[in-house]
Amino acid sequence: MSLLELKNVSKIYGELNALDNVSLKIDKGEWLAIMGPSGSGKSTMMNIIGCLDKPSKGQVLFDGKDISKESRRKLTEFHRDKIGLVFQQFHLINYLNAVENVMVAQYYHSMPDEKEALEALERVGLKERAKHLPSQLSGGEQQRVCIARALINSPELILADEPTGNLDEANENIVLDIFKRLHKEGTSLIVVTHDPEVGEEAQRIVRLEHGHISSDIRNEKFSEG
Amino acid sequence: MNKKTLMFFRMVAASFIRRRSRMLIALFAVIIGATILSGLVMIYYDVPRQMSTQFRSYGANLILTPSEEESISSEELEKSISLIPENELEGYTPYRYENSKIHNMPVTFAGIDFESVTKTSPYWHISGEMPQNDGEALVGAKVAEKLGLKTGESVSAENSFEITPDTDISLIPEYEIFEDPETGEKHCDHSLDISITGILETGGSEEEYIYVTYKDVEYLSLTKRGYDIVEVSAAAMQDTLKSYTKRISDDVEGVSARLVKRVTASESTVLDKLQSLVFIVTAVVLVLTMICVATTMTAVITERRKEIGLRKSLGAYNSDIIVEFMCEGLFLGGAGGILGSVLGYVFAQLVSMNVFSTSITFRPLLIPITIAASVLVTGLACLIPIRSAVDVDPALVLKGE
Ligand SMILES: Nc1ncnc2c1ncn2[C@@H]1O[C@H](COP(=O)(O)OP(=O)(O)OP(=O)(O)O)[C@@H](O)[C@H]1O
Ligand SMILES: [Mg+2]
Repeated sequence: MSLLELKNVSKIYGELNALDNVSLKIDKGEWLAIMGPSGSGKSTMMNIIGCLDKPSKGQVLFDGKDISKESRRKLTEFHRDKIGLVFQQFHLINYLNAVENVMVAQYYHSMPDEKEALEALERVGLKERAKHLPSQLSGGEQQRVCIARALINSPELILADEPTGNLDEANENIVLDIFKRLHKEGTSLIVVTHDPEVGEEAQRIVRLEHGHISSDIRNEKFSEG
Repeated sequence: MNKKTLMFFRMVAASFIRRRSRMLIALFAVIIGATILSGLVMIYYDVPRQMSTQFRSYGANLILTPSEEESISSEELEKSISLIPENELEGYTPYRYENSKIHNMPVTFAGIDFESVTKTSPYWHISGEMPQNDGEALVGAKVAEKLGLKTGESVSAENSFEITPDTDISLIPEYEIFEDPETGEKHCDHSLDISITGILETGGSEEEYIYVTYKDVEYLSLTKRGYDIVEVSAAAMQDTLKSYTKRISDDVEGVSARLVKRVTASESTVLDKLQSLVFIVTAVVLVLTMICVATTMTAVITERRKEIGLRKSLGAYNSDIIVEFMCEGLFLGGAGGILGSVLGYVFAQLVSMNVFSTSITFRPLLIPITIAASVLVTGLACLIPIRSAVDVDPALVLKGE
């Protein structure tokens, strides 16, 4: 059964169709890469999937339920419970240390629990840096805090918009290893990327161009195995 | 405390501790506002007290005059004064006027008590010294000009009398008396030597007299009698004063008392005007404080738009964010209010010392009021920027680099 389905989704900014009649199905546990040139509508699509934005037209089905017509408040609840977000610019709260940043996600979700938050940091290899402020962490470390925060509430789906865009190769590999582990554990992943190497790790690659899906291919690496 | 509340305070505390410099700016704005506000309110309530002491020091507010007889006797004076409560009585000065001549020009002498006159006429401006002893005189500026008198000079006042059987001869030196050989009438060319210790400037009719001791006017006039007028300074409001004048006029025969209208009437109007001035200034400061705090809070909150967007993307409702930010704002307001009410007292004290030269009464009730006002104003000032910031679209702020 598909986890998520976009049905004829359009997002219109004035004259511009940032997304133009896009339909897409994503299965549970699937790792999907979204690629395409700048301005093709990747972030727009992520925001709609992540319930941060509503489509102008069309439906978004999550577990078969249409969420595009829900109220803002319902959407907030929904995405808080089901989705973890990873941003290119990390977006950590600069006056909270690493573990507190992770706990903020617990705070709005259910109950903050420092022990669990530390475990999440451990999973991304940052247990020793738990008390550091974002300004005292490297970009790669900040991104890992961001990932720890995204996975703390065990979401069904992790959305990552250019998660490795600001990282060097070593850190990129650390992040990809974390994604691989999450994928193995059954978490669905949608990763927007410019980087073909990052795209290659996904099971399926969707290309966007001018708001249309121009190609949607299975990664041979996986279909063989 | 449950873990959620704990985390809430942990975040608020972190925001205060790790964003110190920002918070200090905002706190500073709140403190300044609270200080000026509480200071002005303190002054506002203290102005009447301050000003009435000021006005009292502007001299006599009651005047006693003889009603039937020629003068007020010492007994009548004593009886009248006893009708004014001792704690309200600031001072009183009886005046006795006598005419004489200096350099053949008519002048009026006033016998006064040089000590008590400082209480009833504190506005007297003297160049030179206030006389201390008999034989010394304070000369009104107009008289001094007319007669060309200067401080440090000595002059003689001369009176000539016909001696009748009523005349108190004991006061007259032998050598001043001579007998008209033709008529056999006795005359006296009487004089009083005085040294001028100071010139009096008031801008009013007081400048037309020469002031000496009672003993000197008595000597000059060669008659013993009471006083022509008594100026009384009492620390009481107009209505109370009015009741005293009635009591004195009714109870003391031979004395009629009245208010000095000019000073007491204007006292109340000036007070009212001053108080409404302070009130307007306070209101303006309140509005300015609010604008200042609102501007600061707007800057502080705008800076955190990304954070707000992020919190929303993590599942915060608008109400959560409003509560969190308001809590920070109210905490600022409370802290600012506490410091402001202390500094406000210092501020009011300084103003009072400089303007009125008296210390201000401390009003403990003003502390909770200042804190409450500060919390309220800061809360209102925060509400506007928070309300607008909370509506940010997380998709938009999180996308921006
Ligand atoms: N809020 C908005 N208002 C108007 N136009 C917008 C808005 N957001 C996005 N767009 C436009 O929609 C189009 C798609 O934007 P989007 O951010 O989805 O591109 P993208 O594929 O993520 O590009 P990039 O790789 O540079 O991040 C762009 O042409 C952009 O200018
Ligand atoms: Mg983008």
